[in-house]
Amino acid sequence: MTSVLSVSSTPPPTPLDLDVPREIDPGLSSTDRMFHRTVRAIGIFVLVLTGSIGVFLGYQAIPTLRRYGLSFFSESQWEPQLDKIGISSTLIGTFEVAAVAMVVAFPLGLLTALFISEYAPPRLRSLLVSLVDLMAAVPSIVYGLWGFFLLQPHAIYLSRWLHQYLGFLPFFHVDTDPNAADWAQSRYTASAFIAGLCVSMMVIPLATAVMRGVFAQAPLGEREAAYALGAAKWGMIRSVVLPFGRGGIIGGTMLALGRALGETVAVLLIISPAFDIKFRPLEVGTDTISALIAGRFGEATSAQLSALLAAGFVLFLITLATNTVAAILIGRSRSGSSLDI
Amino acid sequence: MTALIEHEQGQQSELEVPDQGDSPLDRPRRIGARPLDLNLSLAATAIGSLALVWVVYEQLLAASGSLGFMLCWYVTFLLMYAGTTALGNPRMEVVDRLAAAVVTGAAALVGFALLTTIFYTFQQGWTAFTHVNFFTQDMAGVGPQDPLTRGGILHAIVGSAIEVGIAAGISLPLGIGTAVYLTEVGGRASKTVRTVVEAMTALPDILAGLFVYTVLIVALGFQRSGFAAAMALTITMLPIIARSAEVQLRVVPGGLREAGFALGASHWRTVRLVVLPTAKSGLATALILGIARAVGETAPVLITSGDSTFMNLNPFNDPMNSLPLFIFSAVRSGQPLFIARGFGAASVLLGIVLLLFVAIRFLARDKGVRR
Repeated sequence: MTSVLSVSSTPPPTPLDLDVPREIDPGLSSTDRMFHRTVRAIGIFVLVLTGSIGVFLGYQAIPTLRRYGLSFFSESQWEPQLDKIGISSTLIGTFEVAAVAMVVAFPLGLLTALFISEYAPPRLRSLLVSLVDLMAAVPSIVYGLWGFFLLQPHAIYLSRWLHQYLGFLPFFHVDTDPNAADWAQSRYTASAFIAGLCVSMMVIPLATAVMRGVFAQAPLGEREAAYALGAAKWGMIRSVVLPFGRGGIIGGTMLALGRALGETVAVLLIISPAFDIKFRPLEVGTDTISALIAGRFGEATSAQLSALLAAGFVLFLITLATNTVAAILIGRSRSGSSLDI
Repeated sequence: MTALIEHEQGQQSELEVPDQGDSPLDRPRRIGARPLDLNLSLAATAIGSLALVWVVYEQLLAASGSLGFMLCWYVTFLLMYAGTTALGNPRMEVVDRLAAAVVTGAAALVGFALLTTIFYTFQQGWTAFTHVNFFTQDMAGVGPQDPLTRGGILHAIVGSAIEVGIAAGISLPLGIGTAVYLTEVGGRASKTVRTVVEAMTALPDILAGLFVYTVLIVALGFQRSGFAAAMALTITMLPIIARSAEVQLRVVPGGLREAGFALGASHWRTVRLVVLPTAKSGLATALILGIARAVGETAPVLITSGDSTFMNLNPFNDPMNSLPLFIFSAVRSGQPLFIARGFGAASVLLGIVLLLFVAIRFLARDKGVRR
């Protein structure tokens, strides 16, 4: 489109010789020039506005990093009054919650996408697609209420069961006796595990939407070829749909991971803050960067605010990297060119 | 290759079963039909595994927790289903049916979780919902022990409407302008703009709030107000609207634009009279998508707007409450009556999102445009 209307250079000086062909491209009218300038200005403004957030976060993080140096990443406590500030425990908590969320969301999202694109009756398909969209549109605070009031009382039994039978694995360990007649329920509540389960509800629709979009584009010819070679439905899916959609599967998962890392309110509602470095997601107490910011910004002095901004900058860099990788993978997959995420 | 051979063997064994009379073989097989034994074994194993798990789990082990019960039931069901199928079918058929059961089960679990979320919220919100004053009063002067017949969430509904309204009013023209720039005008900077806008959809919502808090409230000395919250919401909404509007403009057929140019229309007139009207319903979808996201955002308003108990119509002065913030603080207070109010407000919020969602589907169906 643009090439048709490209701005011509200044018209040549009026020729004396009449045989010289007339310049056809009249250039842009003044209205169009105005239009282009306005729209370009809006684009640049949005670029500056959104870009400045990243730059601003990075700039604000400098004083903190200069003051605490690398101990900002190795210190686990967040005690501004003792001048001990570090994000190692919160960073681990962030990844723990996201890891639990992805362990649940990846298989469920993948299988749901397969169900919608391969197994569901064609009449129901568009309804199911809109249900997934609806699931993505439900506010995260509503999932937070669901996780806190409905899921948590049930999920602690699952936590205890995992501890009872798989407790020999270090990451299923909880510091209490699971077999006691009056077992300590409160040791299993408010954990990274439950927060992760809740976050998985928010990221499943993201992963499902991307994966389903890719699966639906698996070429019909290759599907029929697989059937013609004698494959059953699952054989066809394994040999055609899944290899075709590999980029979308990984990309959708990364996209979901990016969202899971940054989730705030549901996590804030469920967890009880704790700054220990531990790899026991079933046990009470953890903290994530976003929950730390939401919990601490109120009483923060300017130095502490800068520290929170530095923590936010680290989170931003992580989610940015995750989403960029996701976008590249989705774009590079054989099918991704026309897919919007 | 092995799978293929196995399948052939399976076919042969199936073919041997009917006697060699002409008529049954001549009848074409229905391709998509579900054989009777599939349905029967499905139902039988479902019931059988339920009974077995009930006896073992509830009676013998006396374990508790409905989540664990469902999990055990499902695993037992899969094992029994595989066993029953293996009695009369080749391995490939067993794997195929098992895969179908796993896929369907996972999808059912996700659907079940979504349904419980929606129903639980409405069910818990019902107690507050039945009082008319819940929608007509604010919370000014309502104590922690006051019954549900006093106080309501009108101030939060109005606050949400004002904040989201301002945010939409700012981000809609900017978002569509950016989309027009990216698709219609282009230029050297357009690739950068697209990359940065795309990257900003990755911005965790809490950071948008923290950015506005630091710039507007700490550095520039504004109060915590509805306007600050609206700014934070704008930052979360703008990339979403710009991104989905760009997708909508890109699917406008190039032939329509060329027809406009061929009729001698200028670029501006073509965009205004051809491109934008063609994508109208898609752009409305983009807007509603952004609003649905913004109205439920809790983290940015938590930081920027402040929590008020009274009605405040002025976005520039004094704190302004909003629905997500009201829910959050009500639930955090721990008072049973406030939790009931929080669920009532959550039902209202979920109802609004559902309505917006139905609007999106309606718009999308209207023009047959896939979102």
